[in-house]
Amino acid sequence: MLLAVLAVLWGLWEGFKWLGEETALRIGTFTVTDLTMPHLHEIVGQLFEPSRTNGPLLIEVLWDSALFTAKEAAVGFVLGATIGFAIGVVLHHSRLLQRGLLPYIVASQTIPILAIAPMVVVWTGSRGTPAWFSVAIIAAYLTFFPVTINTLRGLDSADPRALELMRSYAASKWAVLWKLKVPASLPYLFAAFKISATASVVGAIVGELPSSIQDGLGGAILNFNQYYLSSPPSLWATNLVAATLGISFFAIVAIAERFVVRRAPEHVA
Amino acid sequence: MSAAVSLRKVGKTFARGEVTALQEIDLDVQPGEFISLIGPSGCGKSTLLRIVGDLIQPSSGEVVVNGKSADQARRDGDYGIVFQEAVLYDWRTVARNIALPLEMAGWDRPKRDARVKEMVELVELTGFEKRHPWELSGGMQQRVAIARALSFSPALLLMDEPFGALDEMTRERLNGELLRIWADTGCTVLFVTHSIAEAVFLSTRVVVMSPRPGRITEIIPIDLPQPRTYETREEARFFELVTQLREALHGGSEREPSLRAARAK
Repeated sequence: MLLAVLAVLWGLWEGFKWLGEETALRIGTFTVTDLTMPHLHEIVGQLFEPSRTNGPLLIEVLWDSALFTAKEAAVGFVLGATIGFAIGVVLHHSRLLQRGLLPYIVASQTIPILAIAPMVVVWTGSRGTPAWFSVAIIAAYLTFFPVTINTLRGLDSADPRALELMRSYAASKWAVLWKLKVPASLPYLFAAFKISATASVVGAIVGELPSSIQDGLGGAILNFNQYYLSSPPSLWATNLVAATLGISFFAIVAIAERFVVRRAPEHVA
Repeated sequence: MSAAVSLRKVGKTFARGEVTALQEIDLDVQPGEFISLIGPSGCGKSTLLRIVGDLIQPSSGEVVVNGKSADQARRDGDYGIVFQEAVLYDWRTVARNIALPLEMAGWDRPKRDARVKEMVELVELTGFEKRHPWELSGGMQQRVAIARALSFSPALLLMDEPFGALDEMTRERLNGELLRIWADTGCTVLFVTHSIAEAVFLSTRVVVMSPRPGRITEIIPIDLPQPRTYETREEARFFELVTQLREALHGGSEREPSLRAARAK
């Protein structure tokens, strides 16, 4: 199935490219050339070319960059998910705080990450923390929000009679939270984790740009941007690797969900 | 010996006193009794059950459970409760669902396991301990709910239409099992139902209620001999009591204007 979809996408890309070149298609100022749309086999082939004369293969360079970005994104994801969950739990238990703070939490996500990233880098950098950690914080900034929102929804999703049942056991708030509300919210949490997992990769890549980190995919994208005219497939190839990283993060969360969330088969998406 | 449940002039209003759900409820339940609350929708029978369980607060009157306030009885684990739906936790196995109240009460693992085993035997679910709720039929789920409610040996069992969502055959079989469990454990049962036959078959006394405002109109003692079996349902006395209860219920609803108008025609 996956292969079939890949084949169709490849066909669409190459078909559009062929059609565009044959008919000299113009959309605005966009024309189809090897510069705007390189052949897919060239993009993939570029991965196995030396990145510079006598240098390592591009895929080796990008592999190292991807690992570096993955570290930032993973730390950011764990940090963001933990903080997001904690905020959700606190807001769930206080309607007052929820009313007071939720607008600001929503507002925090309307500020472009590019505007925040330099500030975070300056703040954390001045405390002597490694630069990649500032990037992780930027990734966490993108991660926590969906987790907070879905934690709030998930904790409210417990069956009201199950809550009565807990009351009949004279269960403490703590017990109600961990034995009922959190397990009941797991499907919601994992939905958020899936969004956050890909967002953390985007956050890490974007965060690398203003912090002038050269070791990650963000650095590679910036670098190949400058050489796009001479070698367009390099940037495309880098994007391919970045997408693969995002998909891997998503897949890891999806696999974890299958092990953690025990529920009726008909509810499994 | 003090009454298992004692209600004095209990009233409940909703919507800032605009809707009277219960009015002047007086009821004494002796330990070991099986009491059914029956009445049309809106008569407040489920509300009354929840007041006994301290799940909602009465607006007036006094509630005494096992000689204590309802609040204290709840904190002491004096009652177990079963709802119309089993309300099992999907993420827990049958055994761990039954163990839930024991975890709350702070029992250690070996004690919990031993009790869960006993309860599984009591409700005849041996072999299903490791299954998840969604793998069980509705009747089996409800048996798990009963085992969970009785796992910590409460003196009182509150049941809110526990078999209302089941088919007739399953319902009758579980009725018989419930009576056996009741005899085995010696607990007091307060049972809410819509079914006249079920109320007669199970109860030592049936409390008939009427709506708007919810109140007790009649209390009918059920003198069918114990233990009651499948044959009980075919005895003449059973049918007499069913008829008596049905008449009591319809007499109660005669005060409804719509019905009275219909009869006048």
